[in-house]
Amino acid sequence: MRKGRREPQEVNAGSMADIAFLLLIFFLVTTTIASDKGIAVLLPPKPEEQDDVKIKEKNIFNILINSKDMLLLEDDPGEISDIDEKVREFLTNNGKNPKLSDSPQKAVVSLKTDRGTSYEKYIEVYDELKITYNKLRAESLGLTLDQYNNLDKKKDAHKEMLKRASDAYPFRVSDAEPTDISKLR
Amino acid sequence: MSKFKKKANTSQNIPTSALPDIIFMLLFFFMVTTVLRETDILVKNALPTASQLQKLEKKSLVSFVYIGEPKDTDKYGKEPRIQVNDVLIEPEDIPQFVLQEKEKLDESEKDKIIMSLKIDRDAKMGILIDVKQQLREANALKVNYSSMPSGNKS
Repeated sequence: MRKGRREPQEVNAGSMADIAFLLLIFFLVTTTIASDKGIAVLLPPKPEEQDDVKIKEKNIFNILINSKDMLLLEDDPGEISDIDEKVREFLTNNGKNPKLSDSPQKAVVSLKTDRGTSYEKYIEVYDELKITYNKLRAESLGLTLDQYNNLDKKKDAHKEMLKRASDAYPFRVSDAEPTDISKLR
Repeated sequence: MSKFKKKANTSQNIPTSALPDIIFMLLFFFMVTTVLRETDILVKNALPTASQLQKLEKKSLVSFVYIGEPKDTDKYGKEPRIQVNDVLIEPEDIPQFVLQEKEKLDESEKDKIIMSLKIDRDAKMGILIDVKQQLREANALKVNYSSMPSGNKS
């Protein structure tokens, strides 16, 4: 009788479940978040559906990247670090300099790459352009870049601010049509 | 009396020693399944870094396209290739893939499909230009260049 009723020796392992839960939650969270960030781009519609919009030469800022990953900004060779300054000057011109844009709304940045350009360089340049635009947008709202990036689309007040900023500086960066060379100029 | 007390004390313990095992089993299940789906990629996929990133909002709308040098270079060669759903395809097959993916969505959401391009940093623009032309052909215009966050340079 006595022998059968005796409890077997046990290690108190109740808290082990908590540790395992913690690990489980950690893995669940990290695996979903890690892979869904990127630079959002809206491609233009099919060439035949597109209206031929004529844009004045001075409202286009040309960036060319050749197969050796070298940059040409308008007509001068340059570095990635030069983009911010030059594009900013181009965008905020507001008609002062006759060679630069009329207004931020009309300004277009055209990004043309060679087939041999590395993807890494392309993303670097694209990111730099995003930084320049976001900085200008942040400035138009009187915020810093970090504050601007932390604005939440889901909140109505923030949504209104984001809309105001994107109206002031619409992000108009176009990948030049690859096949049609005549549109390059 | 003391005998009764003893009996009551022992029966209060619930055996919880099996609980961690169950939780560990769950943990292992999730670890294995998540890893399996990610590593079935046949091409090299070291993403570039960028600072101005946007989160993908609705996961159900997202389809992934992988581009990079094949891992198995003996079998597929060294040129960067396009992978969707575990198979390597040519740029011309992309419209069909987009149609397939759109088929999975509701009628109202078909135009909102987002293509997430996971492209190796060593890939060249040539293949991306081809892919973009095909995506425009298939009317999948929302594109997301997947990249890793880097520190905010400003």
